[in-house]
Amino acid sequence: MSNTDLSNEETKLSHATLPRGAQWLVGVAAVALGGLALVLGMGIVGAAVIGLLGFLIGYPLWALLVENRRSATDKLVTGLVWTAFAVAVIPLIWLVYTVVSRGAATLSPEFLTYSMRSVTGDEQGGLYHALMGTLIVTGIAAVISIPIGIMTAIYLIEYGKGNRLAKTITFLVDVMTGIPSIVAGLFAFALFTLLVGPGTRFGFGGGVALSLLMIPTVVRSTEEMLKLVPDDLREAAYALGVPKWRTITKMVLPTAIGGIVTGVVLSISRVIGETAPLLVASGFNPNLNTSPFEDSPMMTVPVFIYTQLSEATAKGVEYAWGGALVLFILVMVLNLIARIVGTIFAPKTGR
Amino acid sequence: MSIQVKDTSIFYGDFKAVEDVTMSIKPKSVTAFIGPSGCGKSTFLRTLNRMHEVIPGAYVEGKISIHGQDIYGPNVDPVAVRRKVGMVFQRPNPFPTMSIYDNVLAGNKLNSKRIKKSEADSIVESALRGANLWNEVKDRLSKPGMGLSGGQQQRLCIARAIAVQPEVLLMDEPCSALDPISTAAIEDLIHELKSDYTIVIVTHNMQQAARVSDDTGFFNLKAAGQPGHLVEFNPTKQMFTKPDNPDTEAYISGRFG
Repeated sequence: MSNTDLSNEETKLSHATLPRGAQWLVGVAAVALGGLALVLGMGIVGAAVIGLLGFLIGYPLWALLVENRRSATDKLVTGLVWTAFAVAVIPLIWLVYTVVSRGAATLSPEFLTYSMRSVTGDEQGGLYHALMGTLIVTGIAAVISIPIGIMTAIYLIEYGKGNRLAKTITFLVDVMTGIPSIVAGLFAFALFTLLVGPGTRFGFGGGVALSLLMIPTVVRSTEEMLKLVPDDLREAAYALGVPKWRTITKMVLPTAIGGIVTGVVLSISRVIGETAPLLVASGFNPNLNTSPFEDSPMMTVPVFIYTQLSEATAKGVEYAWGGALVLFILVMVLNLIARIVGTIFAPKTGR
Repeated sequence: MSIQVKDTSIFYGDFKAVEDVTMSIKPKSVTAFIGPSGCGKSTFLRTLNRMHEVIPGAYVEGKISIHGQDIYGPNVDPVAVRRKVGMVFQRPNPFPTMSIYDNVLAGNKLNSKRIKKSEADSIVESALRGANLWNEVKDRLSKPGMGLSGGQQQRLCIARAIAVQPEVLLMDEPCSALDPISTAAIEDLIHELKSDYTIVIVTHNMQQAARVSDDTGFFNLKAAGQPGHLVEFNPTKQMFTKPDNPDTEAYISGRFG
């Protein structure tokens, strides 16, 4: 008799479920629990943690009592994943909010069009010189890194194919990825001290330092994109009597160009905010300097932020936030360009 | 252009994939290669236009000559060989960045050959007509080639291959990814192309070999891990009615492989 009961139990396809909106009920209870903790004198962080724990324990427990074990596990893991998501995203939103709210007041036509030449008081000046410097230095880094990076990637994927030289290069590129940025700055500084003279700090030096950091990212991203071009297409081109170099320049690169451009732009936005190498290699300058090859320091936005912050006056801190916002907008614009370019060049399916 | 193959063995590094093939492929005819998977028929096909060299470590011993010229001679440019010996692959592979029009002209475009617009138009039309695709695509030549159906894409690839005016056309299982209707379209096309080109086709489908080919070569493995070899090479009619070799008969009648 008990045997039939058991088989009935096993073949049952439905089970009791929590009422609709159960998560909101538990959520409200958890918020109440957090509020209670707050009233009892815990800090806001402690209260939030208590409330969160209440939800993460209470909701699966209720599910375990009413539904079954699998449903409880599901609810627990879903809760943990959402928590991890929030932990990752909240600082990001907070950061964006802080930079925008504190920098927006400083952003003005004057701030964007004046340099810090002869500024002694707290009233005038801006970051025009630093903005120009950043564009020039990053531009130099891009001009050096993009051809070297793309050609290295082409060698690795199209010609090297796992031979010893290619493996060595891949290893060196990996090592280069891990270079601390200040070491790149020191290298460029030492290089130009030897080549030009002691204590040389100028825009080109900053560009060289940044290119050391940029090349590995360009190589890596281009490599990944070239790998995505199917060998079928290369063979199709060879079978039409197309030489290898033309296959690469006229078929492989155009097919992968969307991804390559995206990777390049993202690598630019990675180095544009570098501070340490530019402190060392490019130096400080309150004046506008637009000639990167002249032996005089060139200001950049990250260094401007650093300098203004170390002034420690109220206006200096304001300028630092303004500079941060400008840098932030620059990176956002670059990312946006990367996305747009990526979509424009993506191979069309016509469906 | 006849193709003479003498005592040819094909290697991937240390591994011998195909051993001692000797055959004579007649000009302006269809020659089919049949045999079980892994017996080296595709590998052998790819040596006929030096495409196997794309794989690192692959090389050939023996002599393959097209029209009396040794294609593995010391001064032979593989690119020049491939211009004379076109190829259609197992899976349709139109260039994703190009329109239908540009795909057909890819051989010219990728080689940066300058041609007049009127000439280009006539090449595209004749190649697409040759591949039985013109009527289906003539109103959307500027649309991407990837937007076509699988069978249309494969015919586009055939159009692309014949647009560079090769003399030999190699086809590596051109219908294996296609439905029966597209397959029939391509088989009809092979019949038509035979009057202008020497065609060599690899197929897993014995009915297809019987339908389209004039001569058939049967490849087989002696045992697993051994190199593939040519068992029998004969006119298709004889091959499918009274083959010389008992292994061929066993394979064709479906008793093994």
